[in-house]
Amino acid sequence: MSSARAQIAAKTPEWRAGRAGWLFIAPAITLIAVFFFLPVGASLLLSITDFDLYAVANPSNVRIVGTRNYTDLLQNPTFWLALKNTFYFALVGGPLTVATSLGAALLVNAKAVRFKTFFRTVYFLPFVTTLVAVAIVWRYLYHPQYGFLNYALGAVGIHPIDWLGDPRWAMPAIILLAVWKNFGYNMLIFIAGLQSVPEDLYEAAALDGAGAVRQFWHVTLPNLAPTFFFVGVVTMIGYFQLFAEPYVMTAGGPLGATTSLVLFMYEEGFRWWRLGVAASIAFLLFLIILVWTAIQLRLERRLAA
Amino acid sequence: MLRRRTIRVILVACALAACNGAEAREQRITLRFWAMGAEGENVQQLVREFEHEHPNVSVRVQQIPWTAAHEKLLTAFVGNVTPDLAQLGNTWVPELQAVDAIEPLDSYVAQSAVVKASRVFPGIWDTNVLNDTLFAVPWYVDTRVLFYRKDILAAAGYDSMPQSWPMWREAMEAIKKKAGKRQWAIFLPTNEWMQPVVLGLQNGSPILKDGGRYGAFEDPEFRGAYEFYVGLFRDGLAPIAGNNDIANAYQEFARGTFAMWITGPWNIGEFERRLPPAMQKSWATAPLPGPSGAPSGVSNAGGSSLVIFKGTAHPKESWELIEFLSKPDIQRRFYHLTGDLPAQIDAWQDTSLAGNRYAAAFYTQLQRVRPTPKVPEWEFITSKIIDASELSIRGGMSTDRALAQLDAQVNRILEKRRWILARAAHAQHDSAATVRIR
Repeated sequence: MSSARAQIAAKTPEWRAGRAGWLFIAPAITLIAVFFFLPVGASLLLSITDFDLYAVANPSNVRIVGTRNYTDLLQNPTFWLALKNTFYFALVGGPLTVATSLGAALLVNAKAVRFKTFFRTVYFLPFVTTLVAVAIVWRYLYHPQYGFLNYALGAVGIHPIDWLGDPRWAMPAIILLAVWKNFGYNMLIFIAGLQSVPEDLYEAAALDGAGAVRQFWHVTLPNLAPTFFFVGVVTMIGYFQLFAEPYVMTAGGPLGATTSLVLFMYEEGFRWWRLGVAASIAFLLFLIILVWTAIQLRLERRLAA
Repeated sequence: MLRRRTIRVILVACALAACNGAEAREQRITLRFWAMGAEGENVQQLVREFEHEHPNVSVRVQQIPWTAAHEKLLTAFVGNVTPDLAQLGNTWVPELQAVDAIEPLDSYVAQSAVVKASRVFPGIWDTNVLNDTLFAVPWYVDTRVLFYRKDILAAAGYDSMPQSWPMWREAMEAIKKKAGKRQWAIFLPTNEWMQPVVLGLQNGSPILKDGGRYGAFEDPEFRGAYEFYVGLFRDGLAPIAGNNDIANAYQEFARGTFAMWITGPWNIGEFERRLPPAMQKSWATAPLPGPSGAPSGVSNAGGSSLVIFKGTAHPKESWELIEFLSKPDIQRRFYHLTGDLPAQIDAWQDTSLAGNRYAAAFYTQLQRVRPTPKVPEWEFITSKIIDASELSIRGGMSTDRALAQLDAQVNRILEKRRWILARAAHAQHDSAATVRIR
């Protein structure tokens, strides 16, 4: 009798603590379930059907097609082009953005710089302006005949470039815009990272005879590592989902040179109303981002060790 | 006691007033009308007149940009928020009919004094008929003709535009011979599907065959037209350029960069506005040449139609608005507001339209227009036609490969349609069998 009571007494607080824990995380779990697992599950289901305009009219027009959407996609040249463009944008634009942000952060954070708040605000401004408004201004900058960019290039003797009309230049033009638009946010995070590096480390390094470059390599960079990985992961996840820039600037052209995976998905889904195909593109993109992020996290762990 | 009674009286009075208000409101109807681009802007003026004639109806015109219209219509249908009536590019009618979003209109037309098949260009009327049922009423029409430089053609030794393909091509070669290095005979934007499709229609191709079940691009009719089309680029008669590659086509036309341009009615006004005054006497319009002379010179039956959505609570009033917009004098006024060519033949009697020498080519062409395939997938298929022709023109892909690839793609797109048609036929067969057994 007493042993049973002892058992209950031993169990209860633990059980209570467990229940309290569950209650604490319940809102988060519910949110994740409703806004993550449910849509992902639904889109996975959608991606094995041929849901299209006919199905919108009458649900009995839906067929389960298994993996056909996926195999069709793998044979679709537009998909491969979009995949290539997306990787081009992410692999070139991502590191460029991170490097630019770091450079800007170092500049703004340098001791010699005056009006720090002013520069910080100015560099951050592009990030908070609306992309559509910015894109219109950039379309003028990129204009082959009247654009400022070609005017400036002409001044140093470089022939005008048809930035948005030439398949070779359209993606670099989009990358330039994206870097300019996004580096401000990362810059702020880098500044926060820089300010948390203890001053005495620099002092010690200076006493040991390290110059500015060696201080940067051996003090600043290692201390920034966690910031670096955060910025890297977030930027890459964002850049794999490239959509608004080409949608507004080029509509995916010229010759599909700026069609990204998300733009391709949007066209399939909401222009041609082939939601089954669109869902399978979404799912493939999800897998790509998942794998990429996993690789980045593993890299981080290895480098940290 | 007295107070309570007073309150009760007041309450009853209020309720009655509310009832009255509701009744009055019910009598006054609001029609929601979606129209695109410039049409949406200009139709507002005409609609005010309709409201004047129908004091109980107010019309709310919502203007939608063309670029967003297709997506918005389908999204509205899915979201169950379609308007009462709308303007529709007439190639979109099959799509909205396939999802069962729009009303059949035959019963309305049967009782109408204004809207009649005989008063509209036959090819245009036909675009709105699906399975022998009318689903939309033509509002204004659009087709493609040749705009050309009379002086350049004359310098090459031609008094007028030739009417058959062989002669047409000869004229283009003669122009090219006299032209400078950066000058061509004709501008055919490589990113448009209209030109190869119209040439295909001229050459007798149905574009899609077996009731829109399969592509007919590899068949000799389309292949012949496609070879003629691609040949114009390969032989240097047309510049390899899309619409975006030429910054200002009017300027280039004035400069003689190209002597011919296949384009639509809106460009009559643009040419009059944008070409320099000295150039105004040197240009003209002509119906398209055909493979074997004028009668085969057909063009596309484009334009916009008006439809009534199935969910509407006011079909009668919606139809009245369609009838109003179809009246010849209203169509004429609409032409003056927008430059859109009227669908009603009677409206062409207007002196400014009949006297416009540029519009005459359109009037002739409109007697010879043919609809593009009336399948919901058409819009998607056109994007594949552009892909194929760009591959042939820019990428140098052989005609055989490009057309085989196009047919394969189109047949894959139409697979769902084939399945739906087969299932419907099967169901019909079954029910017929049941009837016979009975």
